[in-house]
Amino acid sequence: MGKAFKKAEALSDRPTHYCPGCTHGVIHRMVGEVIDELGIRGKTVGVAPVGCSVLAHEYFEFDFMEAAHGRAPAVATGIKRVRPDLNVFTYQGDGDLASIGTAEIIHAANRGEKITAVFVNNAIYGMTGGQMAPTTMPGQRTTTSPFGRNVHDVGMPMRVSELLSALETPAYIAREAVIKPKYIMKAKRAIKKAFQYQMEGKCFSLVELVSICPTNWGMTPQNSVKWAEEILLLYYKPGEYKLPEEM
Amino acid sequence: MKFRHFIDIDKCKGCGLCVIVCPKKNLKLSEELNKKGYYSALQKNPENCLFCTSCCIMCPDVAITITESAEEETE
Amino acid sequence: MEKVLMKGNEAIAEAAIRAGCKGYFSYPITPQSEIAEYMVRHLPEAGGVFLQGESEVAVGYMVLGAAGCGERVMTSSSGPGISLMSESLSFLAAQQCPAVIVNIMRTGPGLGGILPSQADYFQATKGGGHGDFRLLVLAPSSIQEAVEMVMEGFPLAEKYRNPVMILGDGLIGQMMEPVSFPEHLITRPSNKDAWAANGMDTRNSDKRNVLKSLSLDPDEMHEHNKSLQEKYDRMRRNEIRYKAYNLDTDYELLITCFGIMARVCGTVVDKLKEEGIEVGMIRPQSLFPFPEEAIRQAASKTGCKQVLCVELNMGQMVEDVEKAVQGACPVTWYGNAGGAIPPPKEIIAHIHSLLNR
Repeated sequence: MGKAFKKAEALSDRPTHYCPGCTHGVIHRMVGEVIDELGIRGKTVGVAPVGCSVLAHEYFEFDFMEAAHGRAPAVATGIKRVRPDLNVFTYQGDGDLASIGTAEIIHAANRGEKITAVFVNNAIYGMTGGQMAPTTMPGQRTTTSPFGRNVHDVGMPMRVSELLSALETPAYIAREAVIKPKYIMKAKRAIKKAFQYQMEGKCFSLVELVSICPTNWGMTPQNSVKWAEEILLLYYKPGEYKLPEEM
Repeated sequence: MKFRHFIDIDKCKGCGLCVIVCPKKNLKLSEELNKKGYYSALQKNPENCLFCTSCCIMCPDVAITITESAEEETE
Repeated sequence: MEKVLMKGNEAIAEAAIRAGCKGYFSYPITPQSEIAEYMVRHLPEAGGVFLQGESEVAVGYMVLGAAGCGERVMTSSSGPGISLMSESLSFLAAQQCPAVIVNIMRTGPGLGGILPSQADYFQATKGGGHGDFRLLVLAPSSIQEAVEMVMEGFPLAEKYRNPVMILGDGLIGQMMEPVSFPEHLITRPSNKDAWAANGMDTRNSDKRNVLKSLSLDPDEMHEHNKSLQEKYDRMRRNEIRYKAYNLDTDYELLITCFGIMARVCGTVVDKLKEEGIEVGMIRPQSLFPFPEEAIRQAASKTGCKQVLCVELNMGQMVEDVEKAVQGACPVTWYGNAGGAIPPPKEIIAHIHSLLNR
């Protein structure tokens, strides 16, 4: 009874700089495992823009490029267009993708770039110290919404998966969460499916992963999981929002 | 089939997520600090471990591994 | 070598194709959109990739990605677009990725106009983006020169692992002139496996390549900056190019100019010579590295009383000329930033007044 569990080869064993309880680490692990399972480490290039995960290249064992804040989908487009044989993925936070990088992700999806976007949504800007993001919840306190997000002033949080799913171009758009094992298992399947769609040259793929940020939420990891499950997941509902076959 | 559950104490940041998700409530945070100043996770009672990998899956630092060794399970 | 009559923008595109450009990314902007319109028809036929991005911001990073995995890449735009690309130019220089950036200047600032201008001189030579870096900047004064500079731009960018900017203007882009595409300027792309993030299997290596410019360690950051500056010093030693005209006479005034204005000022020198007034001219072809020494010598020749810098802006290169001349004689500017090209007689009249003739 039981099974073995070990670190993926595509993942380095370098300790990460992420805060205790930050689930970036869980997502890194899954991306590493998927790349191992698909055997594509030698043909993969990762693109990490600015955010807590800008140092992602330290934690993987394959080629990587840094992009400016919000521009990873464009960098990935450049790579994929001149080297369509490479697997290219971006690893972006919500401040990066849903704010400064909105045009880039929408147009990469709309052109149907055969790249994969791993999109980490923790409803806040992490690296810069906890500012409000487009995904910050109504009433959620951050350093730039000290009295809670005022939706009458800055609008409602942005649901990226739903937004991108409205585009006509075929794509694989899914949202999962990484806050508990039962969600993490589904998240892993979605990430693998996204990479497989890319390998088949089928469509653009994006997996939004609801994640926790104990440090900037000002909660323990345990309470962060609770808050994420009771608040975030009700607003950011998991599910496969768009499948290329639907076209 | 013999499994061995292992927590790399120096990689653990004491976040406690594994403690929450263990179905047997078999994990806790130690009283001693690790090298980085965290109270790292450890097993209460190794016999109770089901090797179900819930903790491994949840751990953001991939600090928990389960290795398989060939020799028979001793009673 | 057979010549063909071509519009500047199209000749620039054809030159890039002949030079082995593999990826071309751009966004429409007057006065250079014909480059993209030519590329979309002809680059794919030559085995290259064309893509119109959603903005010049995105285009700059498509260039970074494609260049970062070792392919020959080009983009083209005009001043406002180059402003949007300025951050990515800094990333290209910092991550040491070769690329050719064509700027067909239009009047500015702001939305400006679509007429020719040279008002992006500062932007190209001093303000390309944040941080200590330079673009190697070549300024063509004819379509033939533009073609040759584009063809030489790719190997130059690879030689220094740095973006190279071809700084043309609306006239260079829109004029038609007979051009040829010299075979000897065609080069093979250099091998970039040492640094390119092009997939470990491509290099059949298990050592990975990472292209990044973030560094939180002050010593590492300073060392990186020093290594970039060392490249720019090498450019200063090896890549200075300029054209001199009528310097072997006892000229009493030296004209400095660049790009299209060299055509006009050449006529000015000839006409003044007919009047018995000797005027020398020096025309930088490389704006960075700037031919300081050559200008200093030309300005300090006995008999030369002053230097006049003629440019289609409100006085930008004049500052570099002044710095080069180091007070040997007064340096003044003459120009127009509206897009109307000052004709020879207007400049001749101005020189008459300077020489109170």
